[in-house]
Amino acid sequence: VPFGDLGDLVVDPIQFVDADGHEVGTTRMLPVMADDEALRLHRLLVVTRALDQEFVRLQRQGALGVYAPCAGQEGAQVGTAAALAPTDWIVPSYRELGCAVVRGITPAEMVPTWRGTWFTDIDVRRHRFLPISVPVGTSGLHAAGIALGLKLDGANGDPSGTDAVDGASEPAVVATYFGDGATSEGDVHEAFNVASVFHVPCIFVIQNNGWAISTPSRRQYAGPTLAHRSIGYGMPGWRVDGNDVLACWWTMGQAVARARAGGGPVLLELLTYRMGPHTTSDDPSRYRSAGDEAFWAKTDPIARYRTFLERRGVLTAERAAEHAAAAAGAADSLRAAALAAADPSPLEVFDHVYASAPPSFAAQRAQMTAELAAWRDAEVKP
Amino acid sequence: VTGATGTTGTTGTTGATMISAINRALHDAMAEDPSIVVLGEDVGHLGGVFRATEGLQDRFGEDRCFDTPLAESAIVGLSVGLAIQGRRPVAEIQFDAFSFPAFEQIVNHLAKYRNRTRGRVGLPVVIRLPYGGGIGAIELHSDSPEAYFVHTPGLTVVAPATVADAYSLLRASLRHPDPVIFLEPKSRYRHRDPVALPVVTEPLGKAVVRRAGSDCTVVTYGPSLHLVLDAAAIAATEGHSVEVVDLRTLMPLDEETVLESVARTGRCVVVHEAPLTLGVGAEVAARVNEALFDRLLAPVLRVTGYDTPYPPARIERQWLPDAERVLDAVYRTLTYPPRHSGSR
Repeated sequence: VPFGDLGDLVVDPIQFVDADGHEVGTTRMLPVMADDEALRLHRLLVVTRALDQEFVRLQRQGALGVYAPCAGQEGAQVGTAAALAPTDWIVPSYRELGCAVVRGITPAEMVPTWRGTWFTDIDVRRHRFLPISVPVGTSGLHAAGIALGLKLDGANGDPSGTDAVDGASEPAVVATYFGDGATSEGDVHEAFNVASVFHVPCIFVIQNNGWAISTPSRRQYAGPTLAHRSIGYGMPGWRVDGNDVLACWWTMGQAVARARAGGGPVLLELLTYRMGPHTTSDDPSRYRSAGDEAFWAKTDPIARYRTFLERRGVLTAERAAEHAAAAAGAADSLRAAALAAADPSPLEVFDHVYASAPPSFAAQRAQMTAELAAWRDAEVKP
Repeated sequence: VTGATGTTGTTGTTGATMISAINRALHDAMAEDPSIVVLGEDVGHLGGVFRATEGLQDRFGEDRCFDTPLAESAIVGLSVGLAIQGRRPVAEIQFDAFSFPAFEQIVNHLAKYRNRTRGRVGLPVVIRLPYGGGIGAIELHSDSPEAYFVHTPGLTVVAPATVADAYSLLRASLRHPDPVIFLEPKSRYRHRDPVALPVVTEPLGKAVVRRAGSDCTVVTYGPSLHLVLDAAAIAATEGHSVEVVDLRTLMPLDEETVLESVARTGRCVVVHEAPLTLGVGAEVAARVNEALFDRLLAPVLRVTGYDTPYPPARIERQWLPDAERVLDAVYRTLTYPPRHSGSR
């Protein structure tokens, strides 16, 4: 289906596979996806789920300070991110483990943020994957800025040389992720607006997961849907069943193709559900019912996708076992990375504030050095 | 002593105005560095409300100098993204108080990105910010917000006072690897100094002694320099030798130049338009006290705006520091302790 056919506004969520793993409509209406790609997505999904669960365990065991679980949103994240090229940029909020897995970011690179050894340790420009944005809704503007730079590169060549190194043969696009809560922030409005006015290749992926900590999405907006907002900005808005991996992958593919061809930004509203707490510090039983959670558990994106692939004979028992082993291996390497992560020297706080330390840092660094020495000397030696 | 320009500058058409120096610096830098882009409200066809960006769009095209929607957070947020992607953005925020809608982008992102990424991604963004009062403006067009930015680790804060420095320090800012808040004293935009542009670029972070003296050091920057020089000239006619230090960069602060001067004079007055409490004057006074307590002949005094919102235009002259207020403070340090101090 060419992207033009979707039109400016899609309100009925795009869905190819229902919650029971059955195709919606006839087989002819399914998007074309190679078996290898279908299996790649399944592998990424189960790896993401295993890492997510291991992150939570590590936090409960005291190895991590805090963690924001993505359980329930793997389909939305893996499905959309898998439709990007490695040369496209991903601008996450803070729950996009699935996107990081698709981008090939290793557990060792993910650990520092949650263990608290540094804010991020990802090689941002190499992965084209930005650090998590703790201030909600602010990073959409960074995505629009990157997309504006990419557009200017297309018009003028690339003065910075950053795009030449990876030999990208087609224009890159930017995908930025945030939730329904973030759409209430002013910066998200400004990002929608400037991306549309400058007509830049930026895809806004809203994961409407029902909750902003304890505040339900009905308290975030009064319009009919979040996709409706796109109309006012002059970009398309497409709603998608965010727990249907195939629908996320296909619709994102349409958005990417449109943006890559110079068609400007697209807003996607993915309807999904945060199965876990906001973070490991949160207790969702205080604000939502077990019935709600049970209802959404039946829409689990991974179970649905697995059933679908099995029914179509794509996912064999042998392949499923391979993927399960890969997931267990990823979880093991995460555990090893978390337990091996060394604390930085406290003196590192002075190292990255400026390219060159200001003169005032000399005395402050000397003070901390003396304090550290005194601490060390005061320790009771065994 | 370098760059001493007298008290009121020259009139007529020789030399250059501060606004033309800023404009020339942008032209020259953009010609040298193709990664520079200029963005902001009305910076394109109009050339900026103060005409600082005049001619840039005609010369370099709409992809190098362009208008943004009226959204300050977006101007800075876009600049963050552009810099991550490899460009060197110059963002104009139209007036001082309009930086506040962009405060989160400046403080939480722009200032912290190098640190957040463990040194991997520095953001060479220059935010040009016309600031200060004295131009008869409506509310929120005369603020002096420098303390917020000086207080934010990761930012470099530059505050030129002269035409030559406006050119020189903007060129230096456009080569700086970290974000710069470039504070332009808008009351001095049309001031003309007898300089020929371009001038040699001087490094950031270096204060300069504008007038040598031996009795009292007056530390200032930006829009207050000219009135401090006026006060020093008046003091000289009354037999007092006042040394004037122009900080030029507020973060990092050139402590060495300040302390060297105060160690010689034994007296220090700090002058700025921004309100008194926790202003740059407080930091200078603290550092002088920490380093030179036993050399001081009098307490460090501050001459500043009052701890009130900036006043309406018809009474701003009475609110702003002037040469009289500076002289009063200088004489209080020269006559310390007061004659009737026993009655306190």
